[in-house]
Amino acid sequence: MTDDVLLHARGLTKSFGDFTAVDGIDVLVRRGEAFGFLGPNGAGKSSTMKMVGCVSPATGGELRILGMDPAVDGPAIRARLGVCPQQDMLDEDLSVEENLWVYGRFFGLSRREVRARTDKLLDFAQLTERRHDRVEPLSGGMKRRLTIARALVNNPEVLLLDEPTTGLDPQARHVLWDRLYRLKRDGVTLIITTHYMDEAEQLCDRLVVMDHGRIVAEGSPRQLIDTYSTREVVELRFAVDEQERHVEAVRGVADRVEELPDRLLVYTADGDDTLAALHDRGVRPLSALVRRSTLEDVFLHLTGRSLVD
Amino acid sequence: MTAVARAARFVPSPAGIGLARYVVLRNVTAFRRAWLLLLSGFVEPVFYLFSIGVGLGALVRTVTTDSGTVVPYAEFVAPALLAASAMNGAIADSTYNVFFKLRYQRLYDAILATPVGPRDIAVGEILWSLMRGALYSAMFLAVAWVAGLVHSWWALLAVPAALLVGLAFGAVGMFATTFMSSWQHFDYITLAVQPMFLFSATFFPLSTYPEALQWLVAATPLYHGVALERSLVLGEVSWGLLWHVGYLAALGVVGVVGTSRRIATLLLT
Repeated sequence: MTDDVLLHARGLTKSFGDFTAVDGIDVLVRRGEAFGFLGPNGAGKSSTMKMVGCVSPATGGELRILGMDPAVDGPAIRARLGVCPQQDMLDEDLSVEENLWVYGRFFGLSRREVRARTDKLLDFAQLTERRHDRVEPLSGGMKRRLTIARALVNNPEVLLLDEPTTGLDPQARHVLWDRLYRLKRDGVTLIITTHYMDEAEQLCDRLVVMDHGRIVAEGSPRQLIDTYSTREVVELRFAVDEQERHVEAVRGVADRVEELPDRLLVYTADGDDTLAALHDRGVRPLSALVRRSTLEDVFLHLTGRSLVD
Repeated sequence: MTAVARAARFVPSPAGIGLARYVVLRNVTAFRRAWLLLLSGFVEPVFYLFSIGVGLGALVRTVTTDSGTVVPYAEFVAPALLAASAMNGAIADSTYNVFFKLRYQRLYDAILATPVGPRDIAVGEILWSLMRGALYSAMFLAVAWVAGLVHSWWALLAVPAALLVGLAFGAVGMFATTFMSSWQHFDYITLAVQPMFLFSATFFPLSTYPEALQWLVAATPLYHGVALERSLVLGEVSWGLLWHVGYLAALGVVGVVGTSRRIATLLLT
């Protein structure tokens, strides 16, 4: 049974001087899962990832990765991990394919093995035509895909992705998500940090929501939405300065209302019913949008703050 | 070349698991397209040899060395330039290049995510610097031999001696680089290297200095490199040379251990 557990943290803590970045978290990730750390910038996601990647010693608590202790078996663990850091950190003195060759050798792979894998990985990253090019002129999406390909060169059992799509345009994000689905299908365990709700919903089987170094909720995206939000959300926008005037009326018809600077979020089981009720009470917003609840709503409910500022 | 790696394993220092050669391989791969740049390290000492050794040598004619023999000035200067170029090459490699990789390229962050450890990086970078140094020293020695400035077979040992000089300066230079946070700090390196280049009994014998300054000159690392090279190339070999060897080797060990620790402190936080 424990064979199945790839990552196990208990009371894991990371402090930098007086500042506690990760404040006693418990995490368990099983083989084949796509597991997410969701939270705003500064929530402690990246610090957690660095500890899991065995490049940052834990300050306290217990951490086991692939059944081993990073403090003792760091190199042995890293040999079986793939790491895709927040910044690409590709080697700009090398060509696309050389980046894969050289990185593979750092894992002690033979020249022949590395060359054989390079073809497959370039195909996977859709970079076969750019293989002889330098890295610097590649687009952001291409660099990111190359970074992921590089992280896969040692056939890792676990792939760590720290904010995999931050800074990419929407199309590049979808291409990347597609690549990550394929990995998941092939049985690679994914551990992802993100501050994008849609990304967490798309990719993660299970996730924890982090805030101020602590875990504030845990579950599948669906479970979290069911527990911490309503089925639907109505977004109301009013003319400038009008919002204030309507808040009370809106509160009367809904389970919960969140006031954001530019709109009201109305939590309800049935958005159309709510809209009709508001109409009856004479509330006339500039625009009204009925949508399903997302993790963004969960986060707002749990912390009272919006995720992406 | 693995002797350095082996030596590094016996002294307490942060983890490395014998993967330093792949750090060397990375540098070799990066330089495959830029091999012309490699030559730059060779031409500088050759220019010095002909301008100062041969040009100035035409005016000065002969010098009495510290061991009492009288030699043509060019023969006196050539081994010192060999030591000085080993120093300059190692410093350039281990300071500017390493600083860029450490702070801007984030190369070492990426490497540390693999099984490679901080000591592998330190040892690998030094090995690479020494490989280049060996190439330069051998070429320089060949030029000096063709110019008729080398007469002793002991001079063949001048190449490994130059590697020792490279090890000492490369390792200490890299250690110093890990403490730097901006390009301005490189002025301190120049401040240390420039006077050493000019005053380590490079261009005139130690005996020409006032007695009070002689001990100061004799304490600098380049002096030991120059004295070692000069004795070998002129064929004036004695057991006393081991003192120079020990001094330079000790600097090398301190530098490699220090660098590994600093890389761990900076990047594995």
